Amino acid sequence: MPRMGYSFPEEVLEHVFSFIQSDEDRNAISEVCRSWHDIERWSRRRVFVGNCYAISPTMVIRRFPEVRSVKLKGKPHFADFNLVPEGWGGYVAPWISAMASAYPWLEEIRLKRMVITDESLELISKSFKNFKVLVLSSCEGFSTDGLAAIAANCRNLRELDLGESEVEDLSGHWLSRFPDNYTSMVSLNIACLGWEVSFSALERLVGRCPNLRTLRLNRAVPLDKLANLLCRAPQLVELGTGAYSSELRPDVFSNLSGAFSGCKELKSLSGFWDVVPGYLPAVYPICSKLKSLNLSYATIQSPELIKLVSQCQNLQRLWVLDYIEDAGLDALAASCKDLRELRVFPSDPFGQEPNVPLTEQGLVSVSEGCPKLQSVLYFCRQMSNAALMTIARNRPNMTRFRLCIIEPHTPDYLTLQPLDVGFGAIVEHCKDLRRLSLSGLLTDRVFEYIGTHAKKLEMLSVAFAGESDLGLHHILSGCDNLRKLEIRDCPFGDKALLANAAKLETMRSLWMSSCSVSFGACKLLGQKMPGLNVEVIDERGPPDLRPESCPIDKLYVYRTVSGPRFDMPGFVWTMAENPALRLS
Amino acid sequence: MSPENRKHLPESGSTGLNLKETELTLRMPGETRGDTEIGAKSGTKRGFSQTIDLNHDRSSDVPEHDDRCCDKLENETLAVKPPAAKAQIVGWPPVREFRKNALKSFKFVKVAVDGAPFLRKLDLEMYSSYQELLCAFDNMFSCLTIRNYLNEKKLMDTANGVEYVPTYEDKDGDWMLVGDVPWKMFVESCKRLRLMKSSEEIGLAPRTPQQSASTS
Repeated sequence: MPRMGYSFPEEVLEHVFSFIQSDEDRNAISEVCRSWHDIERWSRRRVFVGNCYAISPTMVIRRFPEVRSVKLKGKPHFADFNLVPEGWGGYVAPWISAMASAYPWLEEIRLKRMVITDESLELISKSFKNFKVLVLSSCEGFSTDGLAAIAANCRNLRELDLGESEVEDLSGHWLSRFPDNYTSMVSLNIACLGWEVSFSALERLVGRCPNLRTLRLNRAVPLDKLANLLCRAPQLVELGTGAYSSELRPDVFSNLSGAFSGCKELKSLSGFWDVVPGYLPAVYPICSKLKSLNLSYATIQSPELIKLVSQCQNLQRLWVLDYIEDAGLDALAASCKDLRELRVFPSDPFGQEPNVPLTEQGLVSVSEGCPKLQSVLYFCRQMSNAALMTIARNRPNMTRFRLCIIEPHTPDYLTLQPLDVGFGAIVEHCKDLRRLSLSGLLTDRVFEYIGTHAKKLEMLSVAFAGESDLGLHHILSGCDNLRKLEIRDCPFGDKALLANAAKLETMRSLWMSSCSVSFGACKLLGQKMPGLNVEVIDERGPPDLRPESCPIDKLYVYRTVSGPRFDMPGFVWTMAENPALRLS
Repeated sequence: MSPENRKHLPESGSTGLNLKETELTLRMPGETRGDTEIGAKSGTKRGFSQTIDLNHDRSSDVPEHDDRCCDKLENETLAVKPPAAKAQIVGWPPVREFRKNALKSFKFVKVAVDGAPFLRKLDLEMYSSYQELLCAFDNMFSCLTIRNYLNEKKLMDTANGVEYVPTYEDKDGDWMLVGDVPWKMFVESCKRLRLMKSSEEIGLAPRTPQQSASTS
């Protein structure tokens, strides 16, 4: 290989690299040669760590010394459904302390499913002079005191997004800690806060931040105060209302309607807790401009929903409760031809009987009427293979398909057969499918289809499905691009897991709970695969007090370059390569 | 927090014995035994919150499972619900907690305590009995503790021995003594609460033991 004596000077390469943002591309660049590796690592500004235990903060900092933006994810996805016990981990504190000294110019921190304390928030607020963006998605461990520190000290803050975090509400006055001369807020999302924030502080803040584009209020902000806020921020692009209920009064209505009409840029609406239908027409003036509508807290019935949705011809994303019914979805299919994403949530998830006429038919309608539909999350109580096949043929452009038939093991309601061929059709027709969640009665057959066809699949969620290890084997041996696999209550055991151990190193993580994996197999896996952390979660006590053939409760396996973690609680055991290192 | 302090019960999964069905536990109002994922969560939280309550002096606004307070309650106030007709599965269907909460109604009312510089707010829908409400006051105003005196429920400031009586303003604008009407009726008609110093309790007829029969 001839020496490239006439290669570009570093500055030129750096400049070229600055146009390359994607991690994949930058990783490729860094493998070209030593000097490119060096230039790239000094110029990388954004780092995404999909599993905070896959690497240590020290290693990240050593390789990328000039990072401005960090995104970290902690707990496994099933933590959202209470399958991960409290205290499992996902602590961000070691990252914050390491970055506090190493990255004084850090501007952005985005966390998902992590535990962050008030101390960490205070450290953030004091360590990074140019701090701009804090996004805490489904996080916990902090209170409004921590938010007060952020408000008081982060002079350049642009974005504060609390996502669906659990925040201990000690006082609504944290919002008043933003100094009077602070005017740089662009995006504020406090929708998850259960208690009131100081409304006058909120009003003043909104009034003095001319660049505010996103404002998501919490339920405690009453409807009669909304008009005032909107009048102070007519430039808003995204709004989440508070409670959308009040006694019907013409003056409140006309103020509200006028305020909405004044928001010419509004493209996204959410909130709508406790909706009083009489106030819905206040938003009609802006419906035609809406691209995103989240009505998943709005307990209004189908006729009102239809009236609203029929006016949103430019809608791209709709989140709604099953109160919309099949009829409402028909209306959606007829009116919203630009729809890309639909999520239908259950209004009565624990009821035994259907409480609304929402069936597979609604989803079929939307798949027929909306040519751009590519992302679906749908809760329903009945499904058929025929419907799934129709949906698959209608929408080969589907990329995310998550179906939750509420009762486990529900067969095709027309034929009483398993839903194997239906889901098989989905993976066969939708060649770009990246995410899939299964439900209903399913045999090993469906996994054969998935292993054969779902070549672009990156994330698969399986519950109450399959018959034997063959099912798991099909997935692990067939899905070339699989990154995350989460399984619960399936009869999958040791054989498939051990036979496909090497596959696990090509994935981010595997979760298996209430399956048939034995403690012995976990130990073996841990010994065979030093590049994996094999963690057994069992609240019954140490697994080595039971026979090795005994199935363990929960298994979480993930690849890592930093070895076993040191912050495990008493109910988590790592199956380490060297038994002496095992912490119990 | 070591594993020894934790209960070692098999998880109530979809298979096998559901020992948790027969366990006495505390639940939030409106929950049935069936809401085991909420139950499971509180089950794992219990040990943790006990530790926290001993070490911290925060008056948490969320009166959820305060073991220190609720340990003091008589047994009859523990919400023991009959098992659901069908065992519910942990984490299924996969709906997140905040979504379930969003579908519940809420009723926030202001709470004033005589002598305190600012008011607080409570969501009455979070409780299913007067005893739970008193518990919430106990939590919210950490200097107050419940005193059960002759079937009258009062609160006392342990620092100075001052007694407080819970009162409320109803829909008609009248100030009433808390505890006379059935709980749900009270929630419906209550607009705001005031913990009144006992010495100001003029004009409110003392309850005789017979009248105070059912307060929840």
